[in-house]
Amino acid sequence: MNNILETKNLKKIYHTEKQETLAVEDFSFNINEGEFVAIVGPSGCGKSTILSILCGLESKSDGEIKLNKNTKIGYMLQQDSLFEWRNILSNCLLGLEINKSLNQKTKKKVIDLLNTYGLKDFIYSYPDNLSGGMRQRVALIRTLATNPNLLLLDEPFSALDYQSRLAISDDIYNILRKEKKTMIMVTHDIAEAISMCDKVIVLTSRPAKIKSIYNIELENKSTPVNNRKDKKFSYYYDSIWKDIDYHV
Amino acid sequence: MYSLEHKKYLKKIKKDKITTIIYQITIFIIFITLWQILANLDIINTFIFSSPKRIINTIINLYNKEHLLNHIWITVYETFISFLSATIIGTIIATILWWNKKLQKVIEPYLTILNSLPKVALGPIIIIWFGAGIKSIIFMALLISLIITIINVYEGFNSVNKNKIKLMKSLNATKSQIFFKLIFPNSINTIISALKINVSMSLIGVIMGEFLVSKKGIGYLILYGSQIFNLDLVMSGIIILCIVATALYYLIYYVEKIYEKTTH
Repeated sequence: MNNILETKNLKKIYHTEKQETLAVEDFSFNINEGEFVAIVGPSGCGKSTILSILCGLESKSDGEIKLNKNTKIGYMLQQDSLFEWRNILSNCLLGLEINKSLNQKTKKKVIDLLNTYGLKDFIYSYPDNLSGGMRQRVALIRTLATNPNLLLLDEPFSALDYQSRLAISDDIYNILRKEKKTMIMVTHDIAEAISMCDKVIVLTSRPAKIKSIYNIELENKSTPVNNRKDKKFSYYYDSIWKDIDYHV
Repeated sequence: MYSLEHKKYLKKIKKDKITTIIYQITIFIIFITLWQILANLDIINTFIFSSPKRIINTIINLYNKEHLLNHIWITVYETFISFLSATIIGTIIATILWWNKKLQKVIEPYLTILNSLPKVALGPIIIIWFGAGIKSIIFMALLISLIITIINVYEGFNSVNKNKIKLMKSLNATKSQIFFKLIFPNSINTIISALKINVSMSLIGVIMGEFLVSKKGIGYLILYGSQIFNLDLVMSGIIILCIVATALYYLIYYVEKIYEKTTH
């Protein structure tokens, strides 16, 4: 398998006039092509910071990031951030417009994605008319439009209610597997991490360091909703739960 | 094919609307009639308070002999010029300030000073600079609505959701792409509500300007009327101004409605 991203001793310090805060320290990991990796940890530990650094939104303070030269990153945020004044299709074309690669062919591909993933009747609707789960699917297609092979998902379902969450995590899992993408997902939901990913990285509370890494080997690997019923699911759930230092 | 209950509900809403309108018209009629009756019975002095009949006669007279439409047109014209230029120049300046945060920080106190200064105080200077004519009036009105436009539109630009900006950055958007694809379209609503404020601000400015210098316009009619102690003329001027102001407001209101329709 191809190693598409590797980090070594990544470090991030936030500066304000009054103090400096060490957010991430000694973060080293690698991800292979086609792998789904989850990063879990207590809230506020710096999980999202890691994603922001990987996709270049924030600068790292120290350490190394090695990207395979063919790696193209797509970032999906917690909020769908759809533009209310653009219809669904036009929202999905945003990335292509920005990197100036919008043409008949790329547009057709986006329309195909919308058709395939259940948004056929909403292509010319405006975001206001869509449910939370559908909007999240649109946000994923907007991310996929520029054809990235590594997707960074930052708590992608946390704005949704529990039912939609389960349904959409199945959806997105299937879409990403089908399109043969690699994924790194940040979440605070242990069950979501185990059911969707091949590998789970547990972080300590701030400053975030790697506490443990689990390779998820279920007996019958299936879709996220089914994976939750797997015999080994609760074993992983318990171990990860114990690893995360929750302070209530 | 509504249910009976829904029909009842719709009927009630319609009835409520009609009664409101009836009340509004009744108040108007009572006010006008009372005014006229009191004038007829010499309980109020028509020389000071005028009367609806005298106002109507004055307006007809103005229309026939004094080119009333010309006066109205001048005021509307001055208002439009100053209001459009305030909106355009204000939006451009707000854009520059958005682009250059450092510049914004530097000139912020100056904007605050200009905003709190009663612009009418600058009247005498403006007349000396621009002469006693239409230029002074337009400049005065422009000054009144410009600063508030800059402040409102700039705030609109800055209130764009941080996550949307983060999204644009994650798609590698340049600063000008962020502005033209996100910040500006996201702020069109703010700009339209700035238009609404501006149109009344500009009208205030224009009337003030006409009080100071002009030989034409509704403000001139009102001022001239008070100088020759012709209260009929003053009252007529105010009534005409009410109508013009309302018409201008609704014009912008409909522009807003049309814009909303095209986007949804």
